[in-house]
Amino acid sequence: MTDATTALARAMADERLRIVASLIRTTRDWDIAEDAVADAAERALLTWPRDGVPRNPAAWLTTTAQRRALDVIRRAGTERAKLAEVGAQQAFDEQGGTGPVDHGVLTDDRLRLVFTCCHPALAMEARVALTLKVVGGLSTGEVARMFLVPEPTMGQRLLRAKKRIANAAIPYKVPEAADLPERLDGVLAVVYLVFTQGYAGAAAPELAEEAIRLGRLLRELMPDEDEVSGLLALMLAQHARRHARLVDGELVTLEQQDRSRWDRAAVEEALGLAMPPGRAPGPYRLQAELALTHLRAADAADTDWRQIVRLYDRLLALQPSPVVSLNRAIALGMAEGPHRGLVALDELADHPALQGLHLLPAARADLLARAGRSAEAVAELDRALTLAPTEHERRQLARRRSELA
Amino acid sequence: MKFLMLVSLDPTRDQSDEDLTGTLEVEDWVTKYDDAGVRLLGSQVRMAEDATSVTRRQGKLLVTDGPFAESREWIVGFDVLECSDLDEAIKVAAEHPMAVGGRLELRPFVE
Repeated sequence: MTDATTALARAMADERLRIVASLIRTTRDWDIAEDAVADAAERALLTWPRDGVPRNPAAWLTTTAQRRALDVIRRAGTERAKLAEVGAQQAFDEQGGTGPVDHGVLTDDRLRLVFTCCHPALAMEARVALTLKVVGGLSTGEVARMFLVPEPTMGQRLLRAKKRIANAAIPYKVPEAADLPERLDGVLAVVYLVFTQGYAGAAAPELAEEAIRLGRLLRELMPDEDEVSGLLALMLAQHARRHARLVDGELVTLEQQDRSRWDRAAVEEALGLAMPPGRAPGPYRLQAELALTHLRAADAADTDWRQIVRLYDRLLALQPSPVVSLNRAIALGMAEGPHRGLVALDELADHPALQGLHLLPAARADLLARAGRSAEAVAELDRALTLAPTEHERRQLARRRSELA
Repeated sequence: MKFLMLVSLDPTRDQSDEDLTGTLEVEDWVTKYDDAGVRLLGSQVRMAEDATSVTRRQGKLLVTDGPFAESREWIVGFDVLECSDLDEAIKVAAEHPMAVGGRLELRPFVE
């Protein structure tokens, strides 16, 4: 890479989002905003190697993109375009035009963009696509490949989403304080969905990394919202274990994972996001603390299982869920002996949401094996094997069975 | 900008859910948003069995009783709201008791 391309890559990584976000506000046109930034980057590739890298590459890109956007609006020449042009010109003038980038206003624009892309009046699919494309800065082709759909399909999805923002009158703003917690939950749900799609292997694994990048951005934009830090810590803690979780195509349980294969950089980043004292933890924070408790342990035996049970209790108080209850029962078995865990599992046996799933028999098998009741554990594993949804899980259960039988 | 808010019954809704948290009595809702200049117009309308459909096909006027199509949701009223954007319209709609008793649909005017 030449100096010019390196400088451009760095300036785009730092500033693309700010520039797009402010152009959407001033032009009220998402396509013009995105195209203008892409155009400015192309121009930089032509002129920077020839004329040298400007002293302030970010300001150069901002100004060039603004001029380009104004050009496009002018050329459209419609009444509406003229109004937009006047508005955009005023907004640029207020920002100081060609002057240095005004981070105060522009930081707000990035948040506006995030909340608009994740607006509840958009379908979840549209929110995910818009967030990756416009906030994450991926190309339509990249987003399409990650979700294993043809590029024109993704292009249509993005086009419809942008049209809907305009036609349904979805505003470009950060929600009022009273609505913020609920709307923030919506933003976090989009990011976590991107992460889990990458993590579960239903789509490209790069999605997990994109989600973490979005998580870091949200934390930068909303440093005081603990659920944002909690979500980032949760994703990092899960991501840290990726190479230990899937070895040679085989799923490995947390207990049996080779902890030296954990990604130390991700572990350290996650541990650095611990909960500040005196806060009431939300659901992402509690899930993060669960994951962090595992990360802090040298091995399964060293894990603070009583703390894990307490965290599950708090999570269940906020969000009752049979799957969380099941995990709590397993943790209780680890903390207080398999018998206590089996009693807790028995209380869940009739829960309608767990019928037909392998989770309950697999958990029973685990606790029965710990209690030395191998024959009963094998019988439960046989039940679990008939119910497991994926080949990975079936192979993992079969391995467990052959160890016991 | 103006929004048409369609007020419908929802036969599929859980009848046991009578939690009116966050909503106003309909008279109070009307007064509040009339006074605020948000609600420009609105009314209950007769049920679907009293509807009349009007169409012209190949120039021929066709008047029939009943609504256009058998639908699972029945429009029972409407309001026209003046709001700055969808978020504001959602806030207004969310305080209407039919958000619990039925469903509300917001349609921005084409302007």
